[in-house]
Parts: sequence; C-alpha cells; structure tokens
Amino acid sequence: MTTDHTTQPATDAATGHAAVEFFDVVKRFGTGSNEVRALSGVSLRIEPGEFVAIMGPSGCGKSTLLHLAGGMEDATAGRVYVAGRDVADMSITDRAALRRREVGYVFQRLNLLASLTALENVSLPLELEGVGAKQARARAREALAAVGLDHRLDRYPDDFSGGQQQRIAIARAIVGERSVLLADEPTGSLDTVTSDAVIELLAGLPAQFGTAVVLVTHEPRFASWTDRVVFLRDGRIVDDTAHPVGAGVGGFR
Amino acid sequence: MRAYSVCMAVREGLLALLHEGPRYGYQLKTEFEAATGGVWPLNVGQVYTTLDRLERDGLVEVRGIEGETAPSQKTYAITVDGVAALGEWWEAVPSDDPPPRDELMLKVLMAIERGDDHALRVITHQRTVLLTLLQAKRKERRTTAGETLAARLVTDALVARAEADLRWLDTCEEHLQHRPAPAAVTHSNTSTRKASR
Repeated sequence: MTTDHTTQPATDAATGHAAVEFFDVVKRFGTGSNEVRALSGVSLRIEPGEFVAIMGPSGCGKSTLLHLAGGMEDATAGRVYVAGRDVADMSITDRAALRRREVGYVFQRLNLLASLTALENVSLPLELEGVGAKQARARAREALAAVGLDHRLDRYPDDFSGGQQQRIAIARAIVGERSVLLADEPTGSLDTVTSDAVIELLAGLPAQFGTAVVLVTHEPRFASWTDRVVFLRDGRIVDDTAHPVGAGVGGFR
Repeated sequence: MRAYSVCMAVREGLLALLHEGPRYGYQLKTEFEAATGGVWPLNVGQVYTTLDRLERDGLVEVRGIEGETAPSQKTYAITVDGVAALGEWWEAVPSDDPPPRDELMLKVLMAIERGDDHALRVITHQRTVLLTLLQAKRKERRTTAGETLAARLVTDALVARAEADLRWLDTCEEHLQHRPAPAAVTHSNTSTRKASR
C-alpha cells in the first residue's frame, strides 16, 4: 500500500469529518496482462446526512467504490476515510467493528443468515454491539415496520419472497445509528411500487438519523430522490451534480 | 431544457371542451389551462384565432350572442363535423414526426460525427442536466401538497420522458465504449481507442 501524506483530510477527525472521503483512490485487480483498473484516481467527499447516487455504465467501478467505502476492500493507492478514520491504518478487529457500527449494507445479492429468523437477522448487529436482547428486538421491530414488514417476523428468510428478504436486509442495514448506508442496486428484486417505497425510505434516513446514504443505481428514477449524483466512467468521476463539470475549459468548441 | 413539442393539439383540445357543451371564448381559455395542469397557458387571442379557423372549417358554430353579460359574448358550439373530427383525433396515434427527430438525439448523433471524446462529453453534460431536472421535480413533488391531478400527470409525463432520455444516453455511452475501434486509423489497430481516453 502506497501512503501519501500530502492527502490527509483537511478537517479534524473530532470535528465535522466526512462520512466517507476518498483521496486519489486507485483500485486494481489482477496483475500483468490480466490487470484491471477498477478505479483510477477517485477523490470524493460525502458529508454526513447526504444522499448520493453513484451512476455509470456497467464495469465503471461503481460497486468497487462502494466496497472501498465500506472498508471491505483495500485501495491499491490513495486513502479512504470512513467516519473520519483511515481504513488502511486500522487493525482487522477495528475494521470489523467499523463495518458493524458505522456502515450498513444493502446489496443486490441477499446475505441474510438462513438459520436466524427475520427478527433475529435484524437485531443481530445490535446484539453484537452489546445492546440487550429485549431492546435490540424492539428496535429491530421498528426497522422492520419501517420497511413494511410487521408480521411473521419469527419465520426464516426462506419463508419470505425475494422482495421481502430484501426488505429484511434493508431493515438490518438501517437498524442502529450508522454513519453510512451503502446500497448497491437495492431494488433489483423488487416490483416498481415496492422499489419506490424502498427508495423513499432510504431518502428519509439522512434527515431522520444524519446517516449518509450512498446508492449505486442505473435507474434515473431512483437517482432523482438523491441530493447529488456522481457519474463514473472507466473508473473516474466524470461529473457530479453538486459540482457540474459543464462544458469544461473552453466550452464545447 | 428542451421543450417537448406540443404544436397542433390546441385545436382538438378546444373541440374536446366544446363537446361537453357550448362555451364562451374566455371560458375555453380557463378550462383548457385547468385541464392541462397550468403548464400550457393560452392567450385569449390564440383562442379566438383557433375558434375562427374551426368555424371556417365547419367544426364549430356560433350559437348566439348572449346579451345578459355585458359586453356581449359569442357562444361557441361543436358541429356534427366537429364531433367526427374529434372522434378521429381520439383514435389517431400521437407522434411527433416519424422518423424521430428530437433535439437531444440530433445533438448526440452530431457529436459522434465529431468524435467519441466529444460525444462522451456531450452525453455527460446532457445527463447531468437531465438528472438535475429530475431531482428538482422530485423535490417539488415532495414539498408541494394538493397538486391537481392534471398538474401531477403533466409532471409525470415530463419525468417519464427525462428518464427515457437518460436511459437512451446510457445506451449511447455503452455503445460508444464497446464498439470496436474503427479500422485503418492506425497500423496497430487495437487498443488505441482505450489509450486515448
């Protein structure tokens, strides 16, 4: 890992740090002729309480960006800060705690634990953090109600439809007060009406909890709910509705 | 932001309102505007010009001049031919001008003629503008209550079209990125396109 000390965050970690911040991040997979550059120098600051969509053609690096923002993968070069902390400097244990406490995930592929009930799946992150079982379950029920599930909570994931399972996963990602919620095409398996409800739910989180929500989507309809859209192409940010590039220097001449 | 063409339908819009019963010119103006969610303002002159043409074509007739409300106003009514013309309009499939010729499409096609890099910049810019528009519409909807059905449906139409344009821009981008490099540009005919980005 290359470290570049000129790219430290400008703000103090104790006061007003970003939810997620990337400094000139490069991510490569494979080596030699098989090398793929997923990200080629991405710098991005996402504030607490911001709802940001990441868009771009398939293979542009959207999902890689999300994995790095969640501390699930390491950058090949550059620095990634999550909740004000440099992910590269953290021990495996600290990183696991960061992922558990600060980051919620909703991915296209469901990763619920098949041997736990719906309610247990959602309350698990809180119980791992030492919240008492009773309180954890009460908060899990609230989260499940927020995604429209209020009965059969003692059933196992396989007893639910794909759409319902995704809603359980979303409830799990929003339970507890996380700094960042990362959602990768979270409505992939849902019908239109349910999808809209889920995105509306995500859109409400920043104001409600101060959570930053990062949504990877190819659907303009969903991106329109966000405060800001960042466009990637070939592993680079090509535009950002918060700081539009416009025609660039010299205009379209 | 580009305007979605509306052109000739005012005529048929007035006929549709007259099919409900005879009306004054000014009444047609206000009812037309209400029915179109306030996004399609008509001036009174435009209404009377259209009514004159409809009368000339025998689709509308002047029913009488009411003296009760001063100044006296003409009442217009739809004729049998007008009802038939309106019936044809309901049946006809709306289309701009097939083959499609909208400004965004022309812009992107021309940009591709100029070169892939230019085209990608144009696509990027147009997409950002369209998404910013969609965000604004969404925000508007979240903060305004008591919108009329007509106004809501008009916004829905604009949003659906912007979404379709965005999807089309994505398709353009994918095709531009994945099409093989044109032959005979260079002797080592691979990887020059990638390298140039």
